[in-house]
Amino acid sequence: MKILVAVKRVIDYNVQIRVKEDGSGVHTDNVKMSTNPPDDNATEESVKLKESGKVKEIVAVTIGDDKAQETVRKALAVGADRGIHVKSDTYIEPLGIAKILRKVVEKEKPDMVFLGKQAIDDDCNQTGQMLAAMLNWPQATFSSKVTLKDKSMEIVREIDEGLETVEVNLPAVVTCDLRLNEPRYASLPNIMKAKKKPIDQMVAKDLGVDITNRVQQLKVEEPPKRKAGIKVANVAELVSKLKNEAKVI
Amino acid sequence: MSVLLIAEHNNKNLKPFTLNAITAASKIDAEVHVLVAGSGSESVAKEAAAVPLVKKVLHCDSPNYQNYLPENLAPLVTKHSEKYDHIVASANTFGKNFMPRVAAALDTSQVSDVIKVNSPDTFVRPIYAGNAFATVKSNDKKRCVTIRPTSFEPASKTGGSAQIDKVDAADVHNFSKFVKREETKSERPELGTARIVVSGGRGLESGENFKLINDIADKLNAAVGASRAAVDAGYISNDHQVGQTGKVVVPDLYIAVGISGAIQHLAGMKESKIIVAINKDGEAPIFSIADYGLEADLFKALPEFLSELNKLNTIQK
Repeated sequence: MKILVAVKRVIDYNVQIRVKEDGSGVHTDNVKMSTNPPDDNATEESVKLKESGKVKEIVAVTIGDDKAQETVRKALAVGADRGIHVKSDTYIEPLGIAKILRKVVEKEKPDMVFLGKQAIDDDCNQTGQMLAAMLNWPQATFSSKVTLKDKSMEIVREIDEGLETVEVNLPAVVTCDLRLNEPRYASLPNIMKAKKKPIDQMVAKDLGVDITNRVQQLKVEEPPKRKAGIKVANVAELVSKLKNEAKVI
Repeated sequence: MSVLLIAEHNNKNLKPFTLNAITAASKIDAEVHVLVAGSGSESVAKEAAAVPLVKKVLHCDSPNYQNYLPENLAPLVTKHSEKYDHIVASANTFGKNFMPRVAAALDTSQVSDVIKVNSPDTFVRPIYAGNAFATVKSNDKKRCVTIRPTSFEPASKTGGSAQIDKVDAADVHNFSKFVKREETKSERPELGTARIVVSGGRGLESGENFKLINDIADKLNAAVGASRAAVDAGYISNDHQVGQTGKVVVPDLYIAVGISGAIQHLAGMKESKIIVAINKDGEAPIFSIADYGLEADLFKALPEFLSELNKLNTIQK
């Protein structure tokens, strides 16, 4: 079997982002970038399935500018076999990303597509579900446990009420929760080996899909700031403040 | 112009967040229609029809919709979307699961997690874990929108009498199957809608120690929350997680205990009206957003907190 895993380059999860003064977005120059965290879980799960012997090949794909290739290299360093970089210098919405991924799926014909459940920059939580719909495949979102069977997968999903188990026939799209696994670090020899693995290049606007953005970003601003609070000396003072000042208990 | 809102329910009752979504939908357009898709779900359709802001209920009852599998729910929504300019649902695990499938089928770009409706085509939504707010304009003719329920007040439940129309089911896919759902049962208020939330983090050190959190929660009639670190460590189940990839809560009082305050956690609770932080590390980032900070060892502070609460004559419910 074959897995396609999609990875996205985002501002590192530890970075406190700064909104641009002119309201056009957030500062990205000289900001640490890394792979979207749940995409690392998607790669890790793919590698584990390959190690179990059920999966023969893992192809890692990213869509973005030249630097986005770093995310594919990272996936190659932890165990993906080859990469695809779909080049685009401009932001593409999840709808356009899903259309591009559909083209890649039609070319690669994987049995499963793994993605992170959400990108931590635009927080949209759409791409995997859109891709599944376009392919007319089943989906398992927010997955925290994946069991691969012969022609299906049994998946435990994290939902607001607790956990849900679904079985999806292959081919299928899986979006990964952070609790699915513990992503491994790439060893230095594997990072060196990854440099020799092939990365195919494509250009987003040459794929024959409409990737025009439909949602226009009018402005980006900082959320209202909370006013500074106080430190209380002890528990008795805390309870008194909550009772008499904040009046919440 | 009208809005089709997809109801979340358990085939007996509407889920509370549906009422918040109805309020948001009514700010897009007054003509709000609600689709109830379920199995043996007549009582849900009636409940939706009684909401005064609802002008019509579309009811589709079929075993295929019992567990709202997105592979079947999305085609049903798409089938009945023709007359509507907006398709709306809550931005929780229910709405997030099926709505992008509808958007893809309609070739429309979804607007996720809306916290404010400026006009029928312009919305405000948080990005970067709520560290920035983006105002966006949708240029699609048909718009799929998910709304953050805690940013809108719940609609009134009684007094309405909307017409209930039975509608046809859509074609069914058999490539996915519901196996089971394990819901965490609790006597406490629901985390998403509770007036008070008491949350524990890695500082609790074990699942057993969450009893200290539970005791305070029971005294205050509060819900119990947790940081991702506490859930990852197995102290408590995933449905308690508050944060960017968990639940977003906006209670009157949020008490963060042994939680350092990572950006991702703050994303889920920093709109709370009053925030209390109890942490032994005086430099923890949680203190920068807390109204009341107590720098203390939680294992001493929580029993003291409980005994101080016990001394109070009255506690608001």
